[in-house]
Amino acid sequence: MRRPVAVRVVGPLQWILYPALVAVAATIVLATPAQLFGLTLPEPVVPMVLAFAWPLIRPSMTAPAVLFALGLFLDLFWNGPLGMWALCLMGVYGVLLLSRNLLAGHEGLIRFAWYVACTLGAFLFAYVIVTVRAGNPPAILSLIGQIVPTLLLYPVADWMLERFDDGDIRFR
Amino acid sequence: MAFRDGPFENLKVPLVWTAAVVVVVSIVAAGLLLVSDRKAVDGGSSYGAVRGAADTVTGPVSGILAAPVRWVGAVTDYVGGYFFAVSENRKLKAELAELQPWRDQAIALKNVNARYEALLGLRTEPPVPMITARAISDARGPFNRAKLLDVGTRRGVRIGNPVINEHGLVGRVTGATGGVSRMVLLTDVASRTPVLVDRTDARALLTGDGSDNPRLEFVRGAGSVQPGDRILSSGDGGGLPRGIPIGVAAKGIDGSWRVKLFSDRGAVDYVRVLLFQDFGQLVDPNALNAPPLAGLGTAPEPSLEQAAAIADVAARRQAAARAQAERTRQAQASQAATAGPSVQRGPAPRAAPDQSTPETPPGGPSPAPGGAA
Repeated sequence: MRRPVAVRVVGPLQWILYPALVAVAATIVLATPAQLFGLTLPEPVVPMVLAFAWPLIRPSMTAPAVLFALGLFLDLFWNGPLGMWALCLMGVYGVLLLSRNLLAGHEGLIRFAWYVACTLGAFLFAYVIVTVRAGNPPAILSLIGQIVPTLLLYPVADWMLERFDDGDIRFR
Repeated sequence: MAFRDGPFENLKVPLVWTAAVVVVVSIVAAGLLLVSDRKAVDGGSSYGAVRGAADTVTGPVSGILAAPVRWVGAVTDYVGGYFFAVSENRKLKAELAELQPWRDQAIALKNVNARYEALLGLRTEPPVPMITARAISDARGPFNRAKLLDVGTRRGVRIGNPVINEHGLVGRVTGATGGVSRMVLLTDVASRTPVLVDRTDARALLTGDGSDNPRLEFVRGAGSVQPGDRILSSGDGGGLPRGIPIGVAAKGIDGSWRVKLFSDRGAVDYVRVLLFQDFGQLVDPNALNAPPLAGLGTAPEPSLEQAAAIADVAARRQAAARAQAERTRQAQASQAATAGPSVQRGPAPRAAPDQSTPETPPGGPSPAPGGAA
């Protein structure tokens, strides 16, 4: 008699809620005002990984709602204009949702290029918003100092896609 | 009839469409939030209550989640202190030897300055009370430079309070709840601070741009800033006390004047919040509400020195008043002589030269004591 095999169900809890909580925790930890060997901690926009991975894994109503909440969290936590990061992240999510058929099957460099383009677009949008609101453009070097750590998070997005994208054609 | 029994029983909406609806609604909501979020006059936000609630929640959570990072930071500091103790000791000894004459000079200047203030009757600013706080979390990005402090309104912190560390001005409080408060740094892109150049007393505006060195804008006067000039808070507008050290002027690579902040000389983890609101704080409100001349009944008897100083000042004022009256009379006489020369034939009276001299403070005008060494 064959023993029953436990089937591991991958639901929204696994691919939406837990990653969102990890993103919140990582943002809080990286905001610690501590210096390690004379250097401050980097400050990437961690939810950018989720904004890139979630629409490619599968369309969902929960994911954009959680992403919107994550954007508001960033604005409140970093004391930014309320709605700025929510708008930027939702913009990335919306673009990828529309382009997911185009991106299906692509891996490696093409996918990374999309990640770079989406990240740069979101930061450009945020840059314009802050410039208009403050009447004062932020420093470019400082901007690069946040873009680069965000781009370095791409392996996490790639891992999420490999882990949760089940290739179900019903979602294509 | 239930919905599932109707004509829409077999209707299936693609998931992409439903997700797109959520995206559109979220984008609209985010846009509305962005448009409606305005800065208040006191530096706070129109969503101050929401931000305060979020800070109240994230403050303790940050303290717990960030504890391991702090421990690692403390370990690295310990290791660094162990290996660099000798060089640090040499540097501190040299610094101490250099600062010793400055300390003596500062004590002497403080004494002289206090005497001048007393003699001239200057209304000096009272000492501002301050409380120590610890930074819980830190935003270091290009769009926001802010810190969350572990003190709030229960300790007297209010929106607008300046924040300093042991080196100089760090920023200002823009949001305060019971237990935590939000401080915006001088380097934040929305930060504007009125400053002065210590050497020339020229005014300028310190404008943050998300970098470590904020810009110096609207500098008044040609050549009023040089590399190495000390920049202090000017106190213009009443938001900050005058004279808080901020940094040193330097030319940026883009040709603009920038300020190397003193506060960056060390980690901005422990800070002090100045419980300073505006110039209204400098006057005792009860004294303003007291009836006229109420202080005369309670004032102590002046000492002999004070009585002599008072008599001296009164005599000088009388002499000045007499000289002024004499000058007025002369001016009237000369006007009358000009209007009708046939009537006014008499010689114009001369003013006593000793009475027309301007009033000088006791001790006479002396050069600034000490001076920069």
